[in-house]
Amino acid sequence: MNVITDSIVITKRQLLQLARVPEVLIFSTIQPVMFVLLFRYVFGGSIETGQPGGYVQLLMPGIFVQTVAFTLAATASGLAEDMKKGLIDRFRSLPIARSALILGRTLGDSLLNIVVLAVMGAAGFVVGWRPTSGLFQVALAFLFLLFFGYALSWVGIYIGLSARDARVVQNVSFLVTFPLTFLSNAFAPTTGMPRPLQYVAEWNPVSTMVAACRQLFGLENQFGATAGSFPSENPLTMSLIYMAIIMIIFVPMSVKKYQNASN
Amino acid sequence: MKTYNKGAVKALDGLSLDVEEGTVLSVLGPNGAGKTTTVRILATLLSPDSGNATVGGIDVIKHPEKVREIIGLSGQYAAVDETLTGWDNLVMFGRLYHLNKNAAVKRADDLLERFSLTDSAKRPIKTYSGGMRRRLDLAASLIVQPKVLFLDEPTTGLDPRGRQEMWGVIEELVKGGVTLLLTTQYLEEADQLADDIVVIDHGKVIARGTSDALKKEVGGERLEVVVDQGNIAKTLEIVARVSGNKASLDEGLRRISAPVSTGSMALMEVLRSMDSEGIHALDVGLKRPSLDDVFMSLTGHVAEVEEVKK
Repeated sequence: MNVITDSIVITKRQLLQLARVPEVLIFSTIQPVMFVLLFRYVFGGSIETGQPGGYVQLLMPGIFVQTVAFTLAATASGLAEDMKKGLIDRFRSLPIARSALILGRTLGDSLLNIVVLAVMGAAGFVVGWRPTSGLFQVALAFLFLLFFGYALSWVGIYIGLSARDARVVQNVSFLVTFPLTFLSNAFAPTTGMPRPLQYVAEWNPVSTMVAACRQLFGLENQFGATAGSFPSENPLTMSLIYMAIIMIIFVPMSVKKYQNASN
Repeated sequence: MKTYNKGAVKALDGLSLDVEEGTVLSVLGPNGAGKTTTVRILATLLSPDSGNATVGGIDVIKHPEKVREIIGLSGQYAAVDETLTGWDNLVMFGRLYHLNKNAAVKRADDLLERFSLTDSAKRPIKTYSGGMRRRLDLAASLIVQPKVLFLDEPTTGLDPRGRQEMWGVIEELVKGGVTLLLTTQYLEEADQLADDIVVIDHGKVIARGTSDALKKEVGGERLEVVVDQGNIAKTLEIVARVSGNKASLDEGLRRISAPVSTGSMALMEVLRSMDSEGIHALDVGLKRPSLDDVFMSLTGHVAEVEEVKK
């Protein structure tokens, strides 16, 4: 299976990049840790949750989801950079399966997420985060997070291959990820939002992901979920549906885009 | 044929060319002539809107994956991973050509040695000079001895020293018997490296032949003679009489020249006449037209050489 071995070579390339420029790894972990600390201590004191263990219990799943959502930007800008440098052309002129490069890239970005999530989890633990469910559920939550990040990195592939300039890619990625993560139940209750926004936030995949993780970490409080709505009642199912939809749409679109890519 | 923007821009328009196995064909043309588009189609990176192409006897449209097994491509930009070292890059590409770990390492070491990059093998490409990057890029396209090699403007943007080094490397390759398609906007590069030259402009072939044949097409040789200020008038007369053409004068250089059809015979006659008049020639010679002249006479405009900024 050459596709697999070729993809692994590409993934290894990304790991090698991290070894050669360790700053990338350091800064991509510092940022989420900074978010943990800022939200925990800036908002944590003033948001009344009624949650045993305090705001940090609700916050951590939100920050986990936000961080993996930013995989989209990482994948997109990495690919745009390769396009600009002509590396994509070289890869496309090699006798390898054309899907190998993007497959390898998405796998590499997921591996990076494992490291980042581990560091964040440790930081959360230090500031008081304590999941109350079992080890199995916690592991399942992290697996869920990784898969969500993986699905989104396919969206990143599409954006990265579509834009002509790496700076545009940054902007577009943030334009997608920022509203997505903040128009949700990740950091504050959706009940405080105007009614139409509440509706959007409820169906937002980030919200269902956060709610699913909270459930898996053993939390009752869903931070403003409207009782009775389908995504609030079935966050796990809804999240899986969303991931499937993202993959079904973006995997073929990205592969096609890559096959016709030219800088 | 290849068009862009829904046919508004014709990058290639009925362009047709072929390269004999084991020879070097240079595609010469100014920016925007269609050189890169041609290479991208042949290297399976782009599909033509119409027409066909074969590389090593394989159809690039029907069997692109087979074409990729026998080609090497090195483009205008050094297409390597800049954060990795030269060695990392070559080993990675070796692995992508499905060499096993040991073979990939061995090949990387050999190529680094051959392109005088062994000393910088373990440094990130970021720290390389332009010439070193291009050499590494070229090395990456030679991992599995390609049957056909495409070099798209291999020296554009290099300083004269880098260009000389690159030429040396390419000449070595050519001796090794690779079939090479080289695009360039440098006339002297085509002259130096290629067996055959195709001149293209606006996506069309406007001339084809050996460097010598192309020069002949433009016209014969020019006789040039440089004399002291006081002898210019008389020399102009002599040159005009011998050549049977109007002699022109470059005042700054005090150089008189005229096209001649009889070559060295004309040269000797001019010198004899000058001698009998007591005129001493400071410099004298027969100049064959440069490829610049060829380009000028074929397209009606000079080759616009633009340095590509990195």
